[in-house]
Amino acid sequence: MLITETIRISLMSIRGNLFRALLTMLGIIIGVGAVITMVALGTGAQRAIDEQMAALGGDILSIQSSSWFSRGVARDQQTLTTDDAMALAVGSEHVSDVVPEISSRFQIKYGNKNFNLTTIGTTPNYPDVHGFTLAHGEFISPADNSARRRVVVLGSEIPGMLEVDAALLVGQKVQIRSITFEIIGVMEAKGGSGWRNPDDDIWIPLSTAQFRVTGNEFVQTISAKVSDASTVPMAMLEIERVLRREHGVLPGKDNDFAIMNRKQFAQSRQEATQVFTYLLAGIAGVSLVVGGIGIMNIMLVTVTERTREIGVRKALGATKGNILLQFLVESTILCLLGGLLGLALGAGASALLAKYAGWQTVVTSESAIMAFGFSAAVGMIFGIWPAKRAAGLDPIEALRHE
Amino acid sequence: MKTAALDAQANTSAVIRLQGLQRRYVMGAEFIDALRAVDLTVEANEYLAIMGQSGSGKSTLMNIIGCLDRPTAGEYWLNQQRVSEMNDRELARARNQAIGFVFQTFNLLPRMTALANVEVPLIYSGLNRKDRYVRAKSALETVGLADRMMHRPSELSGGQRQRVAVARALVTNPSILLADEPTGNLDSSTGNEIMKLFDSLHEQGNTLIVVTHEQHIADHAERIVRLSDGDILSDQKS
Repeated sequence: MLITETIRISLMSIRGNLFRALLTMLGIIIGVGAVITMVALGTGAQRAIDEQMAALGGDILSIQSSSWFSRGVARDQQTLTTDDAMALAVGSEHVSDVVPEISSRFQIKYGNKNFNLTTIGTTPNYPDVHGFTLAHGEFISPADNSARRRVVVLGSEIPGMLEVDAALLVGQKVQIRSITFEIIGVMEAKGGSGWRNPDDDIWIPLSTAQFRVTGNEFVQTISAKVSDASTVPMAMLEIERVLRREHGVLPGKDNDFAIMNRKQFAQSRQEATQVFTYLLAGIAGVSLVVGGIGIMNIMLVTVTERTREIGVRKALGATKGNILLQFLVESTILCLLGGLLGLALGAGASALLAKYAGWQTVVTSESAIMAFGFSAAVGMIFGIWPAKRAAGLDPIEALRHE
Repeated sequence: MKTAALDAQANTSAVIRLQGLQRRYVMGAEFIDALRAVDLTVEANEYLAIMGQSGSGKSTLMNIIGCLDRPTAGEYWLNQQRVSEMNDRELARARNQAIGFVFQTFNLLPRMTALANVEVPLIYSGLNRKDRYVRAKSALETVGLADRMMHRPSELSGGQRQRVAVARALVTNPSILLADEPTGNLDSSTGNEIMKLFDSLHEQGNTLIVVTHEQHIADHAERIVRLSDGDILSDQKS
């Protein structure tokens, strides 16, 4: 009963000085708004990474030639071959599939259009391992590969670039490095995996790339799909053993190749993002504390201004507890109102950032509840001192106060 | 009750009984006795005026009677209860239930309507909204302000403000109405109206204590207590 009266009195006194109440709340508004926005940005970044991880599909290890150093200068060397891929497919039991890849950027011509696109020479199992599906036509067949056929499969964004309907492109001809290729398929869109956009790549048979386009028998990357995520460390050891044997690397010498675990990389990126989110939210939280100090300041002023009122209320029967509660409730209401406005500000800022800066933002109910609870706590903590001062006033002195 | 023996000594019908009341203010090494040894008994339905020069101790006496201050020594029984040993909570309750204050400067809360001002003591009594409204309304009717209930203090004249303050003091049915220079901020004709209101409240059976330095105000009372330098100089029926 008394608490509803106390809330009514507080609302009345806030309404009585609305402009000042707004200025007082400004610190909390900005603080809560900043926390909400920062957490929304962090959560958005996190979600983006989650999506990338999902796009990565199963656990794929990426094996590449490692650079070697000669007199302090890094030099690329090419050490991986199609034979290595074959050896891995046969000799490593934890690896379920192996895809050798050669990629280069080549000039592609279609009609009067000209693009510089990443061209990947690979084997028929590429879509399975990398999680692609075909929208139209077919992918490279084993026969295409062994016959070194001049056939090409296009990424989902290529038809748009060529301004031709995807279905109509199958069977048409394009020129890659002035060699005519037949389009046999168009991929379904896959979406970025965080490193690059795979939807504007094109694919040709590995042997065609080696013998007709680049004239180079080495492969740049071997992707190895690990059947069971828990066996990734074992698979890595196995791959290392097989490739060292294939390359005749002597014991004690360094590997001439590197094995990368993309999923692991994504996970560490995720952790880094999380730390960054906490850091940003923490900095924003500092402004909440500063806002709380603003509340305390104004509440102290209010207590001085309303000394007479406090004296009157005490003479009429208010206990210390009544007065304490009244001022505590007032500062808490101020903070909660500020929190509410800050929530709106934060949600608005997040939406604007998403719209105009293109950053993915997610306002979660957890962050809203947290910021709201935190602002209530700020109101109570920074309200205690002014409220105690008000409650401790001597009624006689307070009544005499001008 | 642990004070039963002392309480039994007290005159059982007295609203207020002061015995050897002393109030000493300590200022560094020096001290001032605002009240030296005051004995005073106020019966129910008495109408008492306390007079004295400024510095005579009348404000201190009034603060102690009003439970706003505690005596340094001596005893104070309010409705046979020993005020000198009450804690803060009990004092607040005594102010709420047993005392009705009327101040020289009215001390109404400016942002509230007359009705809301009169309801304030009832909030601290813990009454619900409906009961508060009924009682505050009837108190305002008693002081003749039924038609001004929804006005704020700034929309009322001085006399009307003091009437609201009287209604606020009456609303809890206190044992005593304590008025400190109630006409000090009013012109003489409005002051007379307020004193007439006090007279009629006395006729209705209320116990009144008016603190004043003006003889013609004190003349309304049936008993005048004069204070000087913290002692009672005279106590006589008028």
